[in-house]
Amino acid sequence: MGASAGAGALTALRARWRRMAPGRWLVTGIPWLWLVVFFCLPFLFILKISLSEPALAQPPYLGWIRETADGLVNIVVNFGNYRLLWEDSLYASALLGSLQVASISTVLCLLIGYPMAYAIARAPSHLRMPLLMLVILPFWTSFLIRVYAWMGILNTNGILNNFLLWLGVIDQPLEIMHTSLAVYIGVTYAYLPFMILPLYATLSRLDPVLLEAAADLGARPLRQFLTITWPQSVPGVIAGAMLVFIPVMGEFVIPDLLGGPDSLMLGKLMWTEFFNNRDWPVASALAAVLLVVLIIPFLLLRHYESRAELMEDAT
Amino acid sequence: MSNAVANADQEPLVRIQNISKVFGSTYAVDNISLDIEEKAFFSLLGSSGCGKTTLLRMLAGFETPTEGRIYIDGQDVTDLPPYERQVNMMFQSYALFPHMSVADNIAYGLKQDRMARAQRDERVREMLALVQIEKLGHRKPHQLSGGQRQRVALARALAKLPKILLLDEPLGALDRKLREQTQFELVNLQERLGITFIVVTHDQEEAMTMSSRIALMREGRIEQVDSPRRMYEFPLSRYAASFIGNVNLFEGIVHSQDGDQVRVDSEEAGGQLCVRHSQPMTVGMPVTVAVRPEKIRMAQAGDDLPNRMQGVIREIAYLGDESIYHVELASGKRVKYTQPNVQALAELPLTWGQTIALGWHADRCGLLAQ
Repeated sequence: MGASAGAGALTALRARWRRMAPGRWLVTGIPWLWLVVFFCLPFLFILKISLSEPALAQPPYLGWIRETADGLVNIVVNFGNYRLLWEDSLYASALLGSLQVASISTVLCLLIGYPMAYAIARAPSHLRMPLLMLVILPFWTSFLIRVYAWMGILNTNGILNNFLLWLGVIDQPLEIMHTSLAVYIGVTYAYLPFMILPLYATLSRLDPVLLEAAADLGARPLRQFLTITWPQSVPGVIAGAMLVFIPVMGEFVIPDLLGGPDSLMLGKLMWTEFFNNRDWPVASALAAVLLVVLIIPFLLLRHYESRAELMEDAT
Repeated sequence: MSNAVANADQEPLVRIQNISKVFGSTYAVDNISLDIEEKAFFSLLGSSGCGKTTLLRMLAGFETPTEGRIYIDGQDVTDLPPYERQVNMMFQSYALFPHMSVADNIAYGLKQDRMARAQRDERVREMLALVQIEKLGHRKPHQLSGGQRQRVALARALAKLPKILLLDEPLGALDRKLREQTQFELVNLQERLGITFIVVTHDQEEAMTMSSRIALMREGRIEQVDSPRRMYEFPLSRYAASFIGNVNLFEGIVHSQDGDQVRVDSEEAGGQLCVRHSQPMTVGMPVTVAVRPEKIRMAQAGDDLPNRMQGVIREIAYLGDESIYHVELASGKRVKYTQPNVQALAELPLTWGQTIALGWHADRCGLLAQ
């Protein structure tokens, strides 16, 4: 029974393949090839390195397959790196640090980006493109230079402090540089466009007639927003949140340049393990753990989404 | 036709007073005044761009009039936002909330009024039953057909039992068969609920079928307000005559008037036309004689028809139930004449190139000022 159902599914799949025009193979094949070559294979290398032992060698780790003196071939798989990640609290606190920075900056980006995206989506049509260009404009300058610019702004004798001193708001320079506040400022600034763009995409598709219908049925503007605009923009919020959260989890330039000793994050730690300690296996294990941490909520989300759709279609 | 004469001391439900709406430099609505009685099925009829939708949107509160006032039930609502008006609207695109189920769509307005849960559920059930989609309450709008969506939009707009329901092209997105059926359902619903319906439509047939009164609009102004029957039989202008139904128009000059019989010299008609018209006319005044194709008949030798003419059949349109003949007169003017197809195959069918005599009585046509 089960086997025949499986066979049936297989013939159905074959029939579908046969129906597909040859050109489609090319279209779907290119991204697949790209993913395999530039994502799956490198990740397999990283997995492999994470399961090997560090060594003073070039490259600085030992292979799995080793020949012993009496001619035997040993396969040595080392889980010690993962045990180290588990046992040394440094890594757990780096993970927590990353999670904290990523979640808080995602919320900040959402709070700042939502009104901006909404304003752009509601702007007169001839203003929308220029406003979007202004959002994208910072990408014209190198990311690194923009972070350095923030150093110039946030420094003890930087632009911000001098300005506030000149205004007389403060009489001592603020210590922002090399604190986690500087990290939040830098991260929120750098990732804001990634929040605004998907939000704009969903908000601009929202039919304004729906708001009229809500108003007609007695909803005041705040209720209109909460019951119509917000629920319909949730896909954009999720997309924007992922585009901010995921890269910030691995971010190392901003905490390195703007943060202080207390801003411990996974990306920075990975960098230290890889380049300063030359411990490739531990760095790889960290990378693998980070991927799993990021992929689990994503998969859960997809699972619930598709289940909700299935239930909807079933009823 | 009874509600054509309004009770003088009774305030109309809707009073539109000298309303204008200017977009940029164009008058979308140009100084319109209009009273709408309670429990009317009122149609705003006109071609696209005549300002009918703008007028409806001002009643709903989505547009603010540039000038003039709107009173509903004696209250000045001109400056009230839509969410404070006791008026609900059914949108042309239906504007169903895509993320809510059908039941939640219908309950939306009730929730804004903070109606108790049990009462709300009961009302939603009633509304679903009213528009005959009891079993679709849990569906999402994208899982419905066009006709079902139309019903949900109607149920949602009716759920709060408003005094006035505004309908913007309510049947515009339905196919012809469904449209005809839904027309009658809308009328029945309106009569049953006693709610005043104000409908915007560009479809004269739809307006004729459903309305108790029609306001014909043209370029931001009102051309004529009347019952469907009077609108058809006694149009006040050439525009009104030709917008609703088919009409033959003959240009002419008043020759004489004898009581209610007006004689008009018309070159187009190739002679004198005789029209029954009670208003006094000035001799020599340019006028138009309007006669509907179905009021014309084939003249026999002994007939006593004051209006007679001869022409050659140039075109025949066979529509099944009737045929339309385009008859060319000596003046070159083409007259449309319709004949019901009573027999499957007439013994002596009319055919192209045949010369026929047409005629009509003086009281079967109307006189329009230029």
